[in-house]
Amino acid sequence: MSIRFSFGGDEHIFAEVSEEMSLEAFFTSLSMTNAVKAAGITGVTEICPANASFQVKFDPDRIKPGDLLKELQSMEGAASKSDATLQTRIMEIPVFYQDPWTHETLMRFRERHQNPNATDLEYAAEVNGLGGVEDFIKAHSSQPWFVSMVGFVAGLPFLYQMVERKRQLQVPKYLRPRTDTPKLTIGHGGCFSCIYSVRGAGGYQMFGVTPMPIYDPTQKVSYLQDEMCLFKPGDIVKWKSVTRDEYDAAIEAVDANRYEPVIRPATFSLSAFNKDMGSTNAKLMETLHGR
Amino acid sequence: MAVNVISPGLSTTVQDLGRPGYYHVGIPISGGMDRFALRAANMLVGNDEGAAVLEAVFLGPELEFTVPATVAVTGGDLPPKLNGDERSTWEAFPVKAGDRLSFGYLKSGARVYIAVSGGIDVPVKLGSRSTYTLGALGGHEGRALKAGDSLPLGAGAGGKGAIPANLRRMPGNPAELRMLPGLYWHRITAAAGKQFFADTWKVAPEADRIGYRFKGGTALDFVPREQPFGAGSNPSNIVDACYPYGSIQVPGGTEPIVLHRDAVSGGGYMMLGCVISADMDLIGQLQPHSPARFVEVSMDQALAARADRKAALARLRAHLGR
Repeated sequence: MSIRFSFGGDEHIFAEVSEEMSLEAFFTSLSMTNAVKAAGITGVTEICPANASFQVKFDPDRIKPGDLLKELQSMEGAASKSDATLQTRIMEIPVFYQDPWTHETLMRFRERHQNPNATDLEYAAEVNGLGGVEDFIKAHSSQPWFVSMVGFVAGLPFLYQMVERKRQLQVPKYLRPRTDTPKLTIGHGGCFSCIYSVRGAGGYQMFGVTPMPIYDPTQKVSYLQDEMCLFKPGDIVKWKSVTRDEYDAAIEAVDANRYEPVIRPATFSLSAFNKDMGSTNAKLMETLHGR
Repeated sequence: MAVNVISPGLSTTVQDLGRPGYYHVGIPISGGMDRFALRAANMLVGNDEGAAVLEAVFLGPELEFTVPATVAVTGGDLPPKLNGDERSTWEAFPVKAGDRLSFGYLKSGARVYIAVSGGIDVPVKLGSRSTYTLGALGGHEGRALKAGDSLPLGAGAGGKGAIPANLRRMPGNPAELRMLPGLYWHRITAAAGKQFFADTWKVAPEADRIGYRFKGGTALDFVPREQPFGAGSNPSNIVDACYPYGSIQVPGGTEPIVLHRDAVSGGGYMMLGCVISADMDLIGQLQPHSPARFVEVSMDQALAARADRKAALARLRAHLGR
């Protein structure tokens, strides 16, 4: 994999690890950004990893663009050879699939959708050749997902499913983006799922909502007092389908600020995963459930 | 020590020079869209150049002062009125407790910067007082101002003076936005690239602090390819990537969008390159329907333009004896 570098104006270097999405490309992007961070290069002001690419913002008054480019290129060999093992976290995110709020919203924007006569979940099940909504929810929530990027808006995670490519759920985005999406909607577009951290425009299909805040600019939520944003690239997420009653109980706990998310430290090895996805994921589940 | 908001204007927000360092979690830099005008306003009232001011777009607010202060309005030509009497833009003037500042109709430009001696003293969030409305972060309660708001003022001595027209900067007609091609420029044909620079575009109504959309030019022809896994089916789609500030994305290949200070930090549309740092301020002064062209430059030209802007700021400081 050879990284394609390009200047984004006079203040950014953009680096595309791969045109297509893969965990290998993500890991190279993450190890490159970690290496750039560790190098502490004068004039580098922001380092942003993405799914299969990354971006470095710099101050051209402090480092010449060409010099920074050379420095980044010199790191490429080490990053792509580095052992892709990650000390990370696994967390469980409750999802109330087929909730009334995303349903009300998707009905308002039916004319922007590929299939105005189906819900987003019905359409997603159909285009993935699954029997029905229940099968789709099972496919969505049974295996873990990787946070491969954080962004678009504050704290929004992009998630990549940890299964063989042929099993990956793929759903086109809306034909035209909606102007509204409920806060904490679980969305999906292309091969990525996401959680909308704030209410606003969006083009991803809507599957449900989580009661669990993931971004808090007021820093009052117990687990968001140090960092406003919950997610970091490299986090692993397991969706847990919950009922309306469970959702309501979680909301009550969130409102009283006594909601405790399930988050455990975890180790992930890309080579072990590629060798045996089933048992790697099973071990991650054991870690999550404290066994 | 406060400024009371009698009426908020269209969308008036507290802004300073921004909040760098959190783009990797999707929190953009924010801050004044026209930083040159923001710095100038602060210089005129004797503040640090990066003090928090009010940025108003198209329609000015009406404000009431509870203490004596010095005020300056820079940026677009939106005439300030003190107790109904017109004042000049780009010039410091004193106000007394109880005075009211309002505005006439916008004559040119798009945004004004209202600096008050001492600065707008809202709480600092992640190192900045700037408002990021999409994330409800910073500024006054994370949002645009509303009637009835009261904004605390810092302590400040006040300044004086005026900035003559030859030291100001506003976009031309058509506005010329210099850009460095790159990023996914290779995705479009050579003919499409040539046409992109030849066309005169118009600012679309969808133009705000997140980004400015342009319309009226020629749709892009893409170099054919099989779309990579995860990118999406439209030829303008890419695997979701970071969006640089100033980057020009073209969803569907039809209407370019230049991302600005409240940029979305990433997404799945190809970008043609970036408007250079020296010309970002100009975008903040463009009204919908105004004409604009993109002008190709090299990195060396971009850096020279950046040096020119630094020199312009130095002239401003020298003029005001700072």
